[in-house]
Amino acid sequence: MNLALASLITLSVPLVLAALGGLTSERAGVMNIGLEGKLLAAACATAVVAVQSGNAVLGLLAGVAAAVVLSLTHAVLTQSFRLDHIISGMALNALALGGTNVVAKAVIDQERSLEGAYLPVGFYWAAAAVAVVAVAVYLARVRGGQWLLAVGNDPDKSRQMGLDPVRVRYGALVATGVLCGLGGALIASNAGSFTDGMTAGRGFIALAALILGGWRPLPTLLACLVFGGVEAAQLQLQGTPVFGAQLPSEFWGALPYLATLVAMVGLLGKTKAPAGLGRA
Amino acid sequence: MYRTQRSLLSRFLPLALLAATFVLSGCGAPTEGGGTGTAQTNAALKVGIVFDTGGLGDKSFNDSAWRGVQRAEKELGVGVTKVESTKESDYPTNLRALADQGANVVVAVGINMRVAVEQVAPDYPDVKFVSIDGEPLAKPNVRTIQFKEEEGSFLVGYLAGLMTKTNKIGFVGGMELPLIKKFQYGYAAGAKRANPNVVLLPPKYTQGWDNQDTARVAANLLFGQGADVVYHAAGRAGLGVIAAAKEKGKFAIGVDSDQDDIAPGTVLTSMIKRVDEGVFLTIRDVKDGKWSPGAVVYDLKAGGVGTSDFRHTREMIGDLNVERIDRVRQQIVEGKLQVPSDEASFAAFK
Repeated sequence: MNLALASLITLSVPLVLAALGGLTSERAGVMNIGLEGKLLAAACATAVVAVQSGNAVLGLLAGVAAAVVLSLTHAVLTQSFRLDHIISGMALNALALGGTNVVAKAVIDQERSLEGAYLPVGFYWAAAAVAVVAVAVYLARVRGGQWLLAVGNDPDKSRQMGLDPVRVRYGALVATGVLCGLGGALIASNAGSFTDGMTAGRGFIALAALILGGWRPLPTLLACLVFGGVEAAQLQLQGTPVFGAQLPSEFWGALPYLATLVAMVGLLGKTKAPAGLGRA
Repeated sequence: MYRTQRSLLSRFLPLALLAATFVLSGCGAPTEGGGTGTAQTNAALKVGIVFDTGGLGDKSFNDSAWRGVQRAEKELGVGVTKVESTKESDYPTNLRALADQGANVVVAVGINMRVAVEQVAPDYPDVKFVSIDGEPLAKPNVRTIQFKEEEGSFLVGYLAGLMTKTNKIGFVGGMELPLIKKFQYGYAAGAKRANPNVVLLPPKYTQGWDNQDTARVAANLLFGQGADVVYHAAGRAGLGVIAAAKEKGKFAIGVDSDQDDIAPGTVLTSMIKRVDEGVFLTIRDVKDGKWSPGAVVYDLKAGGVGTSDFRHTREMIGDLNVERIDRVRQQIVEGKLQVPSDEASFAAFK
């Protein structure tokens, strides 16, 4: 495959899956800063099971299950116990960071790290493509998607319409878990191992892409491709002389952040968060 | 009534979650390590070690330092306490905790703990602090262990120069720091010495130590430009370089610890930094009353840096080349070959 395209896909697809996970949650009105923790937990579970069982499908399922459990915990805390969404997200991120550290240390032997069984990354790329279309169509055309949007827009009104916001949000957060689970499983599969903090903040970059994309599936996809593309481009550009001078690699490394700032300022006031975000 | 209970519970839950997190990550809670009989004797020297956020099990820096402390426990009979750090802001707290508990020697693993050591050391003049990597601190109770990474990197670069068929080699670093430049220039110089036609492609930096995907893409870009050997000094992220090399059928070179087993046959060799040796020798110095503050440098001669034993790649390398490497090693040990460690000294290297 073309090298530039491969770089773009490698760096974008984890973002796409995580951002879509954030989308199903936030469009239903549940703020979700816990994408990072879900990615990390899924990556860890996938690698642990991949090494222990030698079965690639079991590894994927374990990753998805780990992220769904975290996501449902967020649902229980924010919906059933009405805990602040940000606090719950932060706590779950911290839990994932500490928990994966402990589990990985106890179970995984890095010496064998490239010997576990993982699904080919092409599977995840295809899954991400399907997921974008599925989420877009579901929200736009399927009744369940309409319910999800209604609950996210105005939980009170949706209650008057006879919907149960809590139930709808539980469903939405299961979808969040599945999508983030795929993202985390991809990260572990591509590396062929789990290492501490290997998600490296990508859950938060996905959240930025979601906001940049105005909480809509296709623009969010585009934002993820821009982030991944700029990152690939800066790696490619490192070492390229500019007007005969070598620039420090940090200059190129700052490009993705610069792109984020420019995009955010350019879109200032043009995107709108779901009206019922964070409301009970 | 029901409402009150519910709100109490919802207030309690995040606390419980956070508490669980701290318990899980072992934050700030020193635990007795080892557990051999010698650890309990009162007269024995007490050694505390604070790991950085990479933690035990990183198969690199922290594990290596821990091996050195464990060896001191076994061979010198010192008592050992270890603490892991969940985040960088824990470093001063953890260092203080060990000093407060009566440790005589506190080992702070990694260059990232240097500032914390600088802060804490003056408050505990009777405790000896050991800092690893970076510039020495001007404190009477701090010793900084330094390594000549450029000498070990020269040897793996020399091997890369012998093995490359395209005459192009690559380097992936974590961050563009003077410390990482030592790896880069030593490597480039070694390759040049082996074969003057070899060029080091412009190095790639991942701007972090965690993201294996970034390191993988960086390595693939270098392979795409024609490199057939890529050396990494990017911590955990560098495993992405090894994965890329394995996939593309090229060579990677490991770093810090012996990474040859991660992908046998793909990892040509590893530049091993013997943090364990440095830590052990320092503890022995304290025990023997030979402690001195300031910098202590472990070079190739002292066994502080070196290569792996080529156990998976010896046949590919060939006995002749192994002999050549040994000859260069000898030249460095005898001081006949000065290895460059930065841009200026590399430019002067013939």
